[in-house]
Amino acid sequence: MNFSLRQILALVVVSGISIATACGGGGEPTDDGADGDAPAAAGPVVSPDSAAMITGTVSFEGTAPAAEPIDMSEEPTCAEKHPDGAMRQLVMVAGGGLANVYVYVKSGLGDRSFPTPSAPVTLDQDGCEYMPHVLAIQVGQSLEIKNSDGILHNINTQPTVNRGFNISQPVVMETSREFSQPEVMIPVKCDVHGWMEAFIGVQAHPYAGVSGADGSFSLADLPPGEYEIEAWHELYGTQSQTVTVGVKETAEVSFTFSSDMAGNHVPLGEPLVLR
Amino acid sequence: MSTKGFAIGVALSAFVAAAPAAAQETPVGKAIYDKWCAECHGEDGAGDGSAAAYMLPQPRDFTTGLYQIRTTPSGELPTDDDILRMIDEGMPGSAMPGWKEYLSDTERNDLVQYLKTFSPFFEDEAPSPVEYGGPPGVNEEGLAEGKEFYDKIECWKCHGQAGRGDGPSAPTLEDDWELPIRATDLTEGWNFNGGHTTEAIFARLMTGLNGAPMPSFADLIDAEFMTEEQLWRVAQYVKSLSPETPEVREVVRAALVETLPTSVDDPAWDAIERFYIPLVGQIIVEPRWFAPTVDGVWAQAAHDAQRVALRLTWNDPSESPNPEWEEWRQRVVSVMEPSVEATDELLSDALTVQFPTTIPEGMKRPYFLMGAQDEPVYLLSWNSGGGATEALGRGMNAIEPIGGASTLTTESTFDDGQWRLYLSRDLITESADRLAIETGRPIPMAIFAWDGSNGESGTQGAISTWYFLYLDQPTENITYAFPVVAVLLTAVLGLVIIARAQRATGGGGPEPGSD
Repeated sequence: MNFSLRQILALVVVSGISIATACGGGGEPTDDGADGDAPAAAGPVVSPDSAAMITGTVSFEGTAPAAEPIDMSEEPTCAEKHPDGAMRQLVMVAGGGLANVYVYVKSGLGDRSFPTPSAPVTLDQDGCEYMPHVLAIQVGQSLEIKNSDGILHNINTQPTVNRGFNISQPVVMETSREFSQPEVMIPVKCDVHGWMEAFIGVQAHPYAGVSGADGSFSLADLPPGEYEIEAWHELYGTQSQTVTVGVKETAEVSFTFSSDMAGNHVPLGEPLVLR
Repeated sequence: MSTKGFAIGVALSAFVAAAPAAAQETPVGKAIYDKWCAECHGEDGAGDGSAAAYMLPQPRDFTTGLYQIRTTPSGELPTDDDILRMIDEGMPGSAMPGWKEYLSDTERNDLVQYLKTFSPFFEDEAPSPVEYGGPPGVNEEGLAEGKEFYDKIECWKCHGQAGRGDGPSAPTLEDDWELPIRATDLTEGWNFNGGHTTEAIFARLMTGLNGAPMPSFADLIDAEFMTEEQLWRVAQYVKSLSPETPEVREVVRAALVETLPTSVDDPAWDAIERFYIPLVGQIIVEPRWFAPTVDGVWAQAAHDAQRVALRLTWNDPSESPNPEWEEWRQRVVSVMEPSVEATDELLSDALTVQFPTTIPEGMKRPYFLMGAQDEPVYLLSWNSGGGATEALGRGMNAIEPIGGASTLTTESTFDDGQWRLYLSRDLITESADRLAIETGRPIPMAIFAWDGSNGESGTQGAISTWYFLYLDQPTENITYAFPVVAVLLTAVLGLVIIARAQRATGGGGPEPGSD
């Protein structure tokens, strides 16, 4: 493996944040879900007495493709943020764990509805890279798009189910947007810097996250029940498992992606059905 | 639905045509679509009609609800009026023509409603236009501020310092369908989709072009980075980059000058008239080319009765051969020529000026695609990799340099997405193969241009039809004498008349110096 300690650290931090934020609305006592000011009308909040959890690891088998150098010579501001040279690596493996896998409850929640978290999810542009690379957000939740570089980026989202947007950020600034429909996944690109890409998963519920640097993930504060859990990777496609959790139980789920899966269909939005 | 129901529906839709309406399939809308639109946009509106493969930009895929030219915020659906405008005016930078004069109001409004049935998004969204005020008055300070913000918001990243679509990110751009897409050349406003009024340009800045890399800049106003007025200044500055819409004239006039311009950027060229010659892709001889870069060349000509000089100016975002545009070339070739493996060889830019080998009588001209076996053409062929030569063409694939001493001199220069080429030679040479250039006679002339970084060479390039080069006739010395003699005669006659008149009135007129 040839990423620096700095990169791994950044990933750990970023993935940790994204999971925490994505799962934040699920009703953890300290989070918005159970806060007094959360919109009660939005639906039942899972009782702490029964809340279950699904945790697990995404593993990787085989050989990850070699990282490719990114030529940032046109952008000294960004190049300076990568003293060892910027690299593009879509398959982030550490200790056998695969990072940047979007894991979410695909079905099993029935017609429950969930409050929209008031805390935003941040997508930063730093060093001409998106941080994080994969993120989870809820329908209606604020996506704070931040430009930390102070040079021109455009944020061009290309959803299929949602309406997208393509906005310009030529200076250090923040802009917020939201999505109105669940969608797996929405590609985000910067047309100024062709190498920049991110993916956003949108759910109507808080049970979604992104695997960390070690491949681990957890979906907390679930109502007890039987769920279909899907894991999505940008190169290796999707796989799913069904798991049952009881009151206050924690279930373990493991996914394994392998280099043989390159070329699998990678869902990006649902196909539009013509009438 | 019964026939009667249909009829009522049609009548109603005609009645409320101006108001936003729900997507609906009317027999008129569908019939018009199937007849005029489906060949490019596909029967189901997916942009995959039988002609689509020959186009870049490709026809719009209506199933996504992504429309470039709108008055609504970035990502939103267009209003009915927005769609109607695109049908009425067409999309000048593409193969999409305007239909206003060919279809009735009812037909075009029904078509709008039918197009909306291709995308489920139109079922539940009612977009409204972005609201903003009008433009401030244009003035020098305003244009300077516009340029300042053009730099600050980094329009140049894609559109280039001079606006010619040659910014550092231009070679990597792709649309939502992953097809290569040009950064618009802002100096050719007549090619702007959506029109090139200041208002239209401002609307593009506010709303972006859905499906294309061009983003919306509206958030910069919300974030108080710039004011709406400053964004208007950017629009006015962009508008100022194309001060004229070229008028196409058949004859390129070579003025007679005392001192011939001697180089490509000789200031003497500034005083010499420019003539615009539009170019299109060569689609007659195989392999054809449907995606040319060069869409027009400005020609200037002058002569001093001994030599003729031409200056040709054209926009091309890439100075080829150019490794930075290799990725672009590979992508264009893979879209336009999916069965052809793109070569690894870097290609040069090139331009050829074509003439007959002798000035024809009347309107007769050789075959315009580099001549024919029995009727060759005389070519001035320039290549960015190797200067210019004189050649004979007997067809597009049969071009041979003319041997012997040449009087041709050449110079070329490239900056900010523009080539300027100087070509000069003696009017009369000793060689029979080299066209004897006479003054006072229209000489057929055509132009070919190739952008190497766009994968163009050989038959795959841009061509013009025949135009004429006309060298002003030198005026004989005797001609100069006529006006002088005429003036003198008039003066003498005048004196005689005055003298007689004075005599007739008894010398009553005031004498010179009397007062």
